[in-house]
Parts: sequence; structure tokens; C-alpha cells
Amino acid sequence: MENFLEKRRKRQYQYLLFFALAIFLFPVFVRSKYLLNVMVFSGIHTIVVVGFCLLMGYAGQVSLGHAAFFGLGAYTSGVLTVKFGFNPWMAFGAGIILTACVAYIIGVPSLKLKGHYLAMATLGFGIIIQIIFVQWRSLTEGPSGLVDIPGISIGGFKFNTDFKYYYFVWIFAAVAVFFSLNIVQSRVGRALRALNKKEIGAEAMGVDTAKYKVQVFVLSAIYASVAGSLYTHYITFLSPEGFTFPFSVLILVMAVFGGLANIWGGAVGAISLTILPEFLRAYKNYDIIIYGVILIAVMMFMPNGILGLVESAIDRIKAKRRAA
Amino acid sequence: MIGSIYAIISIGFNIVYNATDAINFAQGEFVMLGGMVAIALFNGVKLPLWASFFLSVAIVTLVAAALERMTIHYQRERQVVNLIILTIGWSIFLKGSAMLSWGKDSFDLPSFSGSDPIQFWKATLLPQALWIIGIGLLISVGLHLFFKYSLIGRAMKACSFDRISARLVGIDDDWMVLISFGLAATTGSIAGIIITPVTLMAYDNGGMIGLKGFCATFLGGLGNLYGSIVGGILLGILESLGAGLISSGYKDAIAFAIFLLILFFKPSGLLGHETKERV
Amino acid sequence: MDLIEVRNVSKSFGGLRAVSDLTFNLGRGKIKGIIGPNGAGKTTIFNLISGILTIDSGEIFFKGTVLNRLKPYQIAYLGLSRTFQNLQIFDNMTVIENVMVGLHPRTHSEILHAIFRLGRSRNEERYIFEKAYEALQSVNMESRAAEMVSGLPFGDQKLVEVARALVADPEVIMLDEPVSGLNTQEIERLDDLIRKINAQGKTILLVEHNMRFVMNICEEVLVVNYGKMIAEGDPSQIVSNRDVINAYLGEELRIA
Repeated sequence: MENFLEKRRKRQYQYLLFFALAIFLFPVFVRSKYLLNVMVFSGIHTIVVVGFCLLMGYAGQVSLGHAAFFGLGAYTSGVLTVKFGFNPWMAFGAGIILTACVAYIIGVPSLKLKGHYLAMATLGFGIIIQIIFVQWRSLTEGPSGLVDIPGISIGGFKFNTDFKYYYFVWIFAAVAVFFSLNIVQSRVGRALRALNKKEIGAEAMGVDTAKYKVQVFVLSAIYASVAGSLYTHYITFLSPEGFTFPFSVLILVMAVFGGLANIWGGAVGAISLTILPEFLRAYKNYDIIIYGVILIAVMMFMPNGILGLVESAIDRIKAKRRAA
Repeated sequence: MIGSIYAIISIGFNIVYNATDAINFAQGEFVMLGGMVAIALFNGVKLPLWASFFLSVAIVTLVAAALERMTIHYQRERQVVNLIILTIGWSIFLKGSAMLSWGKDSFDLPSFSGSDPIQFWKATLLPQALWIIGIGLLISVGLHLFFKYSLIGRAMKACSFDRISARLVGIDDDWMVLISFGLAATTGSIAGIIITPVTLMAYDNGGMIGLKGFCATFLGGLGNLYGSIVGGILLGILESLGAGLISSGYKDAIAFAIFLLILFFKPSGLLGHETKERV
Repeated sequence: MDLIEVRNVSKSFGGLRAVSDLTFNLGRGKIKGIIGPNGAGKTTIFNLISGILTIDSGEIFFKGTVLNRLKPYQIAYLGLSRTFQNLQIFDNMTVIENVMVGLHPRTHSEILHAIFRLGRSRNEERYIFEKAYEALQSVNMESRAAEMVSGLPFGDQKLVEVARALVADPEVIMLDEPVSGLNTQEIERLDDLIRKINAQGKTILLVEHNMRFVMNICEEVLVVNYGKMIAEGDPSQIVSNRDVINAYLGEELRIA
């Protein structure tokens, strides 16, 4: 006999299956290189944003410097392969390890802070890392950009077309979502959700809040690092411009738009806000304003994001049905 | 000199923080707008410098008030995280608008009283620097008097200590929020205008300068107006020292590194006080 | 050895002396109440024992272990559980998930186990669910297990918090104003519940304002005022104690 939590888990897995199927079938019907390219970026963004949702949506810890972790993964992959001839997979792994270490070192003192202070600390740290990307020219080539980054491959199979990379990225994204869903509904997930709301109560129930905050922080950094490495081997060119505070804000906007406290919200937000600018191509210069307006509008009218809106709609329908 | 700018911006932050418990991420953009609007008025509409100054300040203040009325005013609950995100939204919106209106170039304003450096003992000083420091002092003193002696000022102080009690004695905290954003915009735009002759102004300057303003605020103690002054000046000094000793490219990184250290070791800043949660 | 020993404990906040040279013991299997006028320091005592506040001087022992330097979660691991006057309930989760958090100290799966859904974590999830369900049954709340706890009335939320405190099978449960805000029926239910868990061998320490409730259920009562102990004994002794009556002068003292 299944209890309702197990049912909920099964349902999440079913969603994941549908999602994976839709993603898998997409390129079969849509052959446009351009759209595939957009979807590759959607996949990369999904990975970062889902990790961010775990941190900010579930555990309630603000991070305004996540672009830095993305950048660390990206640059580690880039620099190690171009300048030191590393195998891309080794560089990938190195990126994860480096990012995790940095996240740990920053996380331990920062996560002792609350609210604004934590936001500021992550903000400051993000900026410092970005400045390092710009200034450490001997390593990163600074603003002129790191070029000729090799692509990535398994055995002899090279992921060098949009089509192949699409599947490559989305396998990672699907796994990322799978892991996140598992975390949310688990002892650790409950500990995180508990400390989000009532940190004192959680501590009194035996949750080592300091430890879990750092763990989820590092985990979300690892997600960002993976996304960064995938980004590097796709566009084979890196410049510090891509890892600034505005990108951290974009991650935030994507998460908020889709629904912060919801893994699927992260995915929805990432995909929709990666696709959106493409529709606004004609209004290239308006994109900044539109993001601003979106952020404001979402905060005012649907603070739980799109999925939050959907959820309340479903709840209302259920309630009406019960009353009938 | 830079310190005064940081101080002025930081004062703006603290005012908003005291009224709303939220950080105003758009503060940097108020500064930028102040400069840009003044430039537009002076260069475009060809108004005299002084008129441009005051009109720009007025316009930016009105813009801030409008933003507040349209958005924050409707947030009954005003959860802090939401407000932060909201002001981030404002900052993006204002930045984008500026870019659309004026493009991506940098502009300048003439110095207020000529650009010949003044010899001051052994150091040379730009006359604009004197204006900046002077106006900074004026604002500090002015606000100090405002909060101490005027009815509105004291009402705002009451709000910052305990909003609910303030409401109970008849202070309309909604108005307080509006006024605080207005004041923040006023001080911010002034800062933007007086610095433009020295450092030029472009649509994206708001970000960095706003961030430095944050640093100054936390350095001096979040919520403490006198802390703003201390923090701003200290930050200015440290930054210049750092640029001199270490390469100037990393100068910003140094400012933020100091910022992080403060956060880790004395988050309440030099003059601030700690608050604890009651269980 | 008594389960809890508080020895010469003091705590100040700035200039205010919240707790002053307090000494008392809690014997195994007892039900003890702490009472006192408002602001007497009762909840502070709880916060000191459960590790949320640090002790300025003195020691607190739990089964012989010193609690002074321990963090709250470590104290929970030792077998001490509590509820909160202002409810520390997690309103982003369902009723049963709230109770499941209570089992944190008795379970082990961590991030890696969760991510990969290793066998251990799967079995543990089932175990946690079942124990939480039983705990809800003991407070008669199991029918609302799947609801969001935020939708429950205050009295029911309090019961969920009690279930959460019970689920890990602690040796000592501390209840912080368990009946404040409850109606007569709910108070009776809580009275029965406390007797039941006491019969199962649990030791109970509680803080309360409701005199009738305290005198009915507690075997020992400790009275504090201005952070100092002014009397200790069984209910009948306390009720007739001169100092206690003086302390409450100006407040209505109703004893059934």
C-alpha cells in the first residue's frame, strides 16, 4: 500500500518521463538549427536555475552571485583544455571540484548571515570572482576572450553539432531535475524546507542548520559549474562579460518567473526566459526593460511564479468540485 | 572626495532601509538618472546648469515616487525578499529606459565652477571636489536637522524603530515609505549630478556605484545614518589606498573583499547594532 | 541521577538579569511545571536548556552530560525534545511532513543517499512516514496528515507540534505553554495526552500560565519570579505558599 507521499513521488517521476519524452522528440519534429541552438541554451540554463531553486526556493538562502559559479565551471573547463591540454572530461571534473571548494569556503562564513547580509555577501563575492576573470589575463585572456576551446566527446563520438549537443545537454538537465526531485522529497529535503521557514524550530528538532545550508549552497554551485562547463564546450569561446551580476540577476528572474519553490518552476522559468528574448529580437534594445517589467510584475501579481499561479488555479478548481 | 559620494548614496539606502527593512537595489540607478537627466536638460534643452541641477533632482524624485506608488504601495504584505526583487526589477527597468533614451555613450557636465585645479598646500584639488564634499556636508547636516527637528523627520525615525507602534500612534507608514524613497532618490540624484563633471555618466554606471554605496552602508552599519557618513568616507579612503598600493584593476575587488570581511566579522558595521529574534 | 539538573544557572541580556542563580532537578518519570508571573524568565529557562540561548554561568546536565556548549540540534540528538510557545511549525509542508522532521535525529540518509535513491533511503522514508503517522494517531490528528499545516486551526497546529516532539521517542519532552490559546475541550485532550505519554515512561517539563491545568497535572511545581526561584514543591504546597501568593499579587490567581 502506497502512502500519499510515495504517490506524490511517483507522480513527479511521471512528469519527468513526459518531460523527457517531449524533450527527446523535439528535434525529431523541429529541425531548425536556430531553434536547437536556443534549446541548448535553455537546457544549460535549466541546470543552473534548478540548482538555484533548491538553494533559494526550498532552503530559502539568497544568492546574488551565482553567475560566479557558472563562470568558474566555464573557465576551468576552458582554461584547462586550451592552456594545459587537459582532456575535456578531466577539466569538467576539475571545474566541479574547484567550484565546490570555492563554494564551501565562501559558504561557511556567508551562510551564518541572514537575509540582506547573505544577499550582499554573495553579491560581493560574485563581483570579486568576475573581476578576477577580467584581471587574470595570463590565465583567462581577460576581455579579449578565450578562444579555440575544443569540443567535448565520448570515445570518438564528437558532440560537435547542435543536434548532438542538444541531447548531450538535456541528458544532464534531466538528471539534474531527477536528482533535485529526489532531494526535495527526502530527509534532507525536509530538513532544508524546515530551516527555510523556522530555523530555530528546525535546530530544536535536530537539524544541523549550518551544515545543511552549506551543503545545499555547494550543491547548487556544482549545478552551476556543470552548466558552465557545458556552455564552454558548446560555444568554444569565453569572455568575462557573460558572468557578471546581470547574469546572476537573470538566474534569479528565471527562477522567480517559473516559481521559486518548485523544481519544475525552475525548468519552466529557464526555458521560457531563454526563448523569450528570441521573440523579442526585433526589439533588441527593449529586452532589459522587459526583464525589469517582468520581475516587477511577477513580484506584484504572482509571487509564486507561473507554476504558483497554475497550482492555485488547480486548488481553486478542486475546492469548487468538493463544494459542489 | 569619492567618499562623500558613497556617503550620500549610502544615506539614501539607509533611509529606505529604515522605513521598509528592504534594500533598495535601484539606488544606483537613481544616481545614474540624476546625472543623465541633468545632462539631457543642460545639453539637450540648453537649460542653465543650476536649473538643470534642481529640475533633474525634482524629476528623479518624482520618478521614484511614481515607482513606489505603482508597485510597492500595493504590496500589503511587503515580504522583504519580494521587495528586494522588486527594487532589482526597478533598477533593470530604469537602466533599460536610460539606454533606450540616451544610448550607450558617456556624457559629461561642466564643472560647477571651472576646471582649473586649486593648489591646496602640497596637493592639487579639483574645484568640483570641493563642491562634492561641500554638498555632501550640506546633505548630512540637513538631514540630521530634518530627522531631529521636523515632524516628518521624527515620524520617520519612529517608524524605523518600530513600525507597528508608530502606526498605532497615528503615523501613516505608507506615506513614510513614499517619502523615504523620495528622499533616497533626491540624495541619489544629487550625488549623480555632482559627480558627473568628474567621472562622466553613462547608462550603466548605476550598477557599480550603487554596489559601492551598499558597501559603504554595511561598513558603517545598516540602518545608521551617521554610519553612512563614516562608511562612505572610509570606503573612499581605502579604495584610493588600495588603488595606489595594488594595481588599479583590482581596486574594485579590494573594495568588495573588505566588504566581505566586514560582513563576516562585524555585520552590524562600525556603528550599527545587532538585533536578535525572540522565540 | 536525575534526568535534568540545573545548577546555579544565570543569564543576562545586557543589563537585564533574566535568570538568576537557578537550581532545580527533574527526576525521571516526573511531570514538573514551571510557573511565574509574566516576564519571570520561564521561557528563557527553556531556551537555555534546549541550547537556543547560551548560559552565562552555571551548568545544565542532561543524563550527566553537560549541555552548556552544545548547539540545539546536538541536544535534540541526546533525547530532549520541545515545543514552542509561538509555534515553530513549518508552514510550507504538510502535517505529516512536519512530524517527519521530528525524526531527523534518529535517521541517517544524507544528500548522496537521497539523490541516488539508494535502498537505505527508500526504506528509511517508509519508516519515517509510518512512525510519523503513529505519532499523529496518538494526538488524534492522523486524518489530517496530508493537509498543509498552515490550513489548520491554532489548537490543531499545537497538537502537530506535540506529535513532532514525540515522534523521536525522547526521554524528556519540554512543553512551552501547551494550552495557551486552547479551548476547554482541547485542554482536556492535552491533559489526557500528557498522562498517557507519562505512563509510557516519558518525563515532562512544562511552562504554563494556566494555573488549573498546572495544578491538575504536575507532580512538582517550580515557581520563579524575576529569574529567581521562589518556591518548589507539590501543588498543594505551592498553592498555600506565602511568597507565591505575594508574587502574583495584582494578577488574578484562580485555582479550582
